[in-house]
Amino acid sequence: MPTFISGTRIAALIALLLATFALVGCDQSVREWHGKDISNLMPPLEFELIDTQGEAVNASDSEGQVRLVFFGFTHCPDICPTTLARLSQAVDKLPENERERVTIMFVSVDPNRDTPEQIAAYTQFYGDRIAGVTGSEPQLRQLVKRYRTTFGYDEPDENNNYNVSHSAGVYVFDTRGKARLLLRPDLTVAQIRDDISALAQERRS
Amino acid sequence: MNGVKALLPYDFSPLTIASYALVLALYGVALLRMPDSERPGPGRIVTFVVGVMLCYAVMQTAFDYYSQYMFFVHRGQHLILHHLGPFLIALSNPLPVMRFWGRKIPRSTLPWLAPVRLSYRVLQHPVVAPVLFVGLVYFWLSPSIHFDAMLSRQLYWVMNWSMLLDGLLFWWLILDPRSPYISNALGYGKRMLLLALVAVPQMLLGAWIVFSRGMVYDVYEVCGRAWPLAPETDQLLGGLLTWIPPAMMSVLGILIILRRAMYEDGRYPKQATALTQPSGHMNT
Repeated sequence: MPTFISGTRIAALIALLLATFALVGCDQSVREWHGKDISNLMPPLEFELIDTQGEAVNASDSEGQVRLVFFGFTHCPDICPTTLARLSQAVDKLPENERERVTIMFVSVDPNRDTPEQIAAYTQFYGDRIAGVTGSEPQLRQLVKRYRTTFGYDEPDENNNYNVSHSAGVYVFDTRGKARLLLRPDLTVAQIRDDISALAQERRS
Repeated sequence: MNGVKALLPYDFSPLTIASYALVLALYGVALLRMPDSERPGPGRIVTFVVGVMLCYAVMQTAFDYYSQYMFFVHRGQHLILHHLGPFLIALSNPLPVMRFWGRKIPRSTLPWLAPVRLSYRVLQHPVVAPVLFVGLVYFWLSPSIHFDAMLSRQLYWVMNWSMLLDGLLFWWLILDPRSPYISNALGYGKRMLLLALVAVPQMLLGAWIVFSRGMVYDVYEVCGRAWPLAPETDQLLGGLLTWIPPAMMSVLGILIILRRAMYEDGRYPKQATALTQPSGHMNT
């Protein structure tokens, strides 16, 4: 009969493991967010891109702002228009002092078709708190990799129309650039407003 | 991604590359230095290297990129890390290599290795091992944990390494080349029972994913896919990869053990069981 280890020892070890998990489970943040809390999962905001004027822009240029980062493309038929409209509505519902502390960043991941001018026209349509940015494909690849997302292109048709797969979530960074929330596409405008309002009210340390 | 780029790591992990290089180096050096009588034949060497390289390929090439952004590729990655790769490594019987290095460990350090031996014996307990094997699949595939694991780089690495290490432990327990008639390795009947038992919950989980109407793992939707593939198709393929191949690996394992059991049936006299009595634990 093979001898491995006594049942009592195993029971003791399992009890120890369960106790550890129970202690870990006690560490809950005070606020219940509607979005997914990504505070301990993602690195702070960092990027090197170009804005709608064609000028280089990085994360420190918008420091002090709550940044809602969304990846998309201007030819997007569904996700991008819906998301930008909902984000814009949520920001518009904020009090003036909070609204001024929020920037929606639309990152075009289709730099071959989306020129800075096109992105500017596209974002202006949805509101004045939206900053359009893009970059070279390597710059964009570096950024999406940092935030564990990606994009991909379909084969173009005879009119050079093609679909682009991209993230449907919105990454929210606080005024210090720390990753805080991931807004899933199923959140309502009121829920988004609640979350970004709470972040805009946070004091800068 | 094509050509050389496809062979380069998507997420470069020096620790991972160093670990694989170390394993291959230790195996190679042992092969060269061990006595001819102990050296594994070419078939076993190729099986070992293929097993190791398969695991390396899904962790440190473009395959890893697709695994991060396509659910069904991710399931393929875990099929290799948890099943196929460790299965081949264990099947190649690297025991002579392990013994070769075991003999090099200075006797003075042996007491320091007691916690390692204890952990090993706990993990290889015939109740703990299958629970851990299936439990890890369920753990990393529980939707909220899966979401976090795909968002956090650290968790992602923990997930993949835990699947690989647990796969190695489990398949080593099952395919342990030592005969239970003359050593304290797990009996063949128990091995076959474990293989049957671990197949059922994996099949249930795979079937649940396949037949789920909504999106079970929306992280791929939220974070974007590597190419525009219908989410339902991605989930269906991923579910099938969770359902069928692991069950087939169990069947394959049972057939191998059955063959071994039949081969050894009656080969060892009954008094051989007395040989197992003095030894208290496994000598690896």
